[in-house]
Amino acid sequence: MKKLLLGDEAVALGAIYAGLSGVYAYPGTPSTEITEFIQNNPLARERGIRSRWCTNEKTAMEAALGMSYAGKRALVCMKHVGMNVCADAFVNSAITGVNGGLVVLAADDPSMHSSQNEQDSRFYGKFAMIPIFEPSTQQEAFCMMSEAFELSEKLGEPVLFRVVTRLAHSRAAVEIGGLKDQNEFNPATGKGWILLPGIARRQYVSLIGKQEAMAEAAEESEHNRLEEIPDQVGDDGRKIGDDRREVGDDRREVGDDKKAGCAPLGVIACGIAYNYVSEAGAKNVLKVSQYPLPVKKIKELAARSQNILVVEDGQPVVEQDVKAILGADYKIEGRLTGKLPRTGELNPDNVAAALGIAPGQGFAPAKNLAARPPQLCPGCGHRDVYNALNKVAAEYPGARIFGDIGCYTLGALPPFQSLSSCVDMGASITMAKGAADAGLFPAIAIIGDSTFTHSGMTGLLDAVNDHSNITVVISDNLTTAMTGGQDSAGTSKFEAICLGLGVEPEHLHVVNPIAPNMEAITAIIRKEIEYDGVSVIIPRRECMQTLRRHSKK
Amino acid sequence: MKTDIILCGVGGQGILSIATVIGEAATQAGLNLKQAEVHGMSQRGGDVQSDLRLSTDPIHSDLIPKGHADLIISMEPMEALRYIPFLDADGTIVTSSKPFVNIPDYPDAEAVLAELDSLPHVHKFDIESLAREAGNPKGANMALLGMAARFMGILSAQQLRDAIGRIFAAKGDAIVEANCKCFDLGYGLQTD
Repeated sequence: MKKLLLGDEAVALGAIYAGLSGVYAYPGTPSTEITEFIQNNPLARERGIRSRWCTNEKTAMEAALGMSYAGKRALVCMKHVGMNVCADAFVNSAITGVNGGLVVLAADDPSMHSSQNEQDSRFYGKFAMIPIFEPSTQQEAFCMMSEAFELSEKLGEPVLFRVVTRLAHSRAAVEIGGLKDQNEFNPATGKGWILLPGIARRQYVSLIGKQEAMAEAAEESEHNRLEEIPDQVGDDGRKIGDDRREVGDDRREVGDDKKAGCAPLGVIACGIAYNYVSEAGAKNVLKVSQYPLPVKKIKELAARSQNILVVEDGQPVVEQDVKAILGADYKIEGRLTGKLPRTGELNPDNVAAALGIAPGQGFAPAKNLAARPPQLCPGCGHRDVYNALNKVAAEYPGARIFGDIGCYTLGALPPFQSLSSCVDMGASITMAKGAADAGLFPAIAIIGDSTFTHSGMTGLLDAVNDHSNITVVISDNLTTAMTGGQDSAGTSKFEAICLGLGVEPEHLHVVNPIAPNMEAITAIIRKEIEYDGVSVIIPRRECMQTLRRHSKK
Repeated sequence: MKTDIILCGVGGQGILSIATVIGEAATQAGLNLKQAEVHGMSQRGGDVQSDLRLSTDPIHSDLIPKGHADLIISMEPMEALRYIPFLDADGTIVTSSKPFVNIPDYPDAEAVLAELDSLPHVHKFDIESLAREAGNPKGANMALLGMAARFMGILSAQQLRDAIGRIFAAKGDAIVEANCKCFDLGYGLQTD
C-alpha cells in the first residue's frame, strides 16, 4: 500500500506500525505534524496510543521514559530547541537505559525558517552517547522508525531520530507495511533506574561498554552505504577503484593529489544531503544515515579517493569527526573550509557548486520585489494588546517590553515594533525580572498562554518570591497558535495558577482585548506599572484561526 | 519526463490546496512526486511557496535547483516574480494579475505587471474576479489551477479535474461542483 505522506507523517505512521504505545510532545515547527498525525490516525486510536500534547519537552521526555520503564514503546517529538528543554532527562535516559524501546525525535531547522537558532541535534546524540538515525527520504523515515525501536530495545538505550525541515515538510509516496504488535506491559525491576552516584557510575560504565555494539550496528547498517563507483577510466588509463589501498598506507605521500587509480573526490552525504548529491549526479559516495559514524566505510572511501567532501545539513558535526578519523594530512572539505556555506540549509544549488558543477541558468532576480514578512492576522487579539502596551509604554521613556516565543513575537515587526527581546520559551518574565532587579522601569513581559505553562510559571514564582517590580501580560488566545492551533495546557487555569504562585488577587486582571475596551485596558496597565511588585494582566480572546475553524463546525 | 513546479502566493490564499490536488492527480497517475512545503511562521500573511516535482523517473532532491522549474503557478503577481531565478529559460508563469497588498513597500503594481510581461511565457488573469463572478470566491485557486492545466505537460486537465473531485469529496457535491466550475473557467481562458 502506497501513501502520499509528509516526512513527519511517515515518521508518525512508521512509529504506529512499529508497535508504539505512546507519543509525548510539545508542538514546535517542523515537528508538530508527527503528533497531530498520530492523534488523528484511526489505527492509533484503535490501538489506544496515548497522544495528547504535553506541557513542555521535559515533561514529554520524562513521561516517555516512564512508559519505556513499564515495557512499552514510546516516542518523544520536538523541534531542535526542545532538546535544550529536555536535555536533563534526555542525557540521563542514556544513563538509566531503557526497557521498552524509546525513540527521541528532534526536528532541526537549518536556515531558521521558524526558529531562533540552527543547532544540530546530532551533537546531543553524541553527547548522550547513543545511536542516531537520520533518514534521507520519507520512505526511509517510515522504515527506520521500526529499526530504531528494535535497536533501542536490543541495546537497552534510547535512540535519537533526526529530521530536518526539508524532510519533515516534504511529501512523497511511501510504501506502508510490516505492522507490529505493541509490547506487553512489563515494568523494569533493576536498580539501574535509581541514579544515585554509586549506581550512576556503574550505569555510565555500562553505557561506555555498549559503544562498540552501537558502532558495529552503524557499520553494518544498510543505511550507511558505500556506493559502487561505475567503471571509470582514470588519467593513467586504469580503472578507477582498481587499486584500493588502506588508509595510512605509508606508500602514499602527503599532499600527493594525483594518486594513481583514485577517484578525485569522495563524498560523504548525511541524511537529506544524499538527495542533493544524487541530484548533482556525484559518484563515489558514502551515504550516512546512522551514527556513530561507520569508521571502516569512511576509511574505505578515503582510500579510493584523493580528497573528501562532507555534505551535511546543519552544523559540521561529521566534518569534524572525519578529520579526527583520517588525520590532518587528508584533505577534507565541507562547511568548515567554506566549500559549502557555513550557515543555512543545503540546497541542490550550493551542493552542486561544492561538487564543481556549474549553476543552473535561471532569470536574474526581479527588480520589482519587496519582502513580505509574516504578520499577525487581521482581528487578532495580540494586535489590541500591542496597541494598548505601546500607548502606555510611550508615557515612560525607560519602558522595555520583553517578548517571548509565539505568534505575538510578530509584535517586534512593524507596525507595532513593541519588543526589546525574544530569546527562548519563558524568557520574557525572567528577563524582565532581571532587568527590573538592575533598576529598569517599567519592565514589562509579554508571553502567550501556552508558552507561559511551558516555561513561564517557574519564572513567575521567582519574581513573586523576590517581589520583583514587573508587569506580566499573559496574552491568552486559548490555543498554541503559532504551530497551527493545538490545545494549550493551561486553558481555563491561568488565574488559579497565578494566584497559586502567589500573585496578589488585586494585582491579577483578566481583560477582553477589543477596541472598545482600550481605555479600560490602558488604565489597568498604567496602574499595574505603578504598583511596585508583580502584576499579571491576562488579555483573553480566542485566536482568529481557531475561531474560524470552530465556527465552521 | 518531468515537470518541476513552483507554487507560490501569500499565506491563506490556498496554495497548499493546489498542491494537494496536483499531488493527488500525480499519485493516481503513478508518477513519482516530491513536494516541499513551508509551514509555521510564514503562513501568517507572509510569502508562501511550495516546490512540486513530478517525474516518470525517480526524484532525488525535494527542492528544485535554480533554472530548472518548468512552471511557476502564483496566486499573486509579485510573488511570481520572486521565484524567477528558479525558472527555466523556456519556462512558463501562470499567475493571478491582482496584487495582494499587505505590506507598506509593495512596488508599483504597473511595474510588477510590466516586468512579468517582459518575460517569455507569461499567462496572467484576474482569477479572483473570475471566481467571484462564478459565485465561488474561494475557488480562485482552482481557477488558477485550471489556467495552469494547459501547461502542466505531465498531467492532463482531466486527471487534475478528477483529482479535485476526490480531494473535496468529503466536503460534499456542491463544493466539488463549484471548484470544478472554477477549474473549467480557468482552463477555458485564452490568455496570452
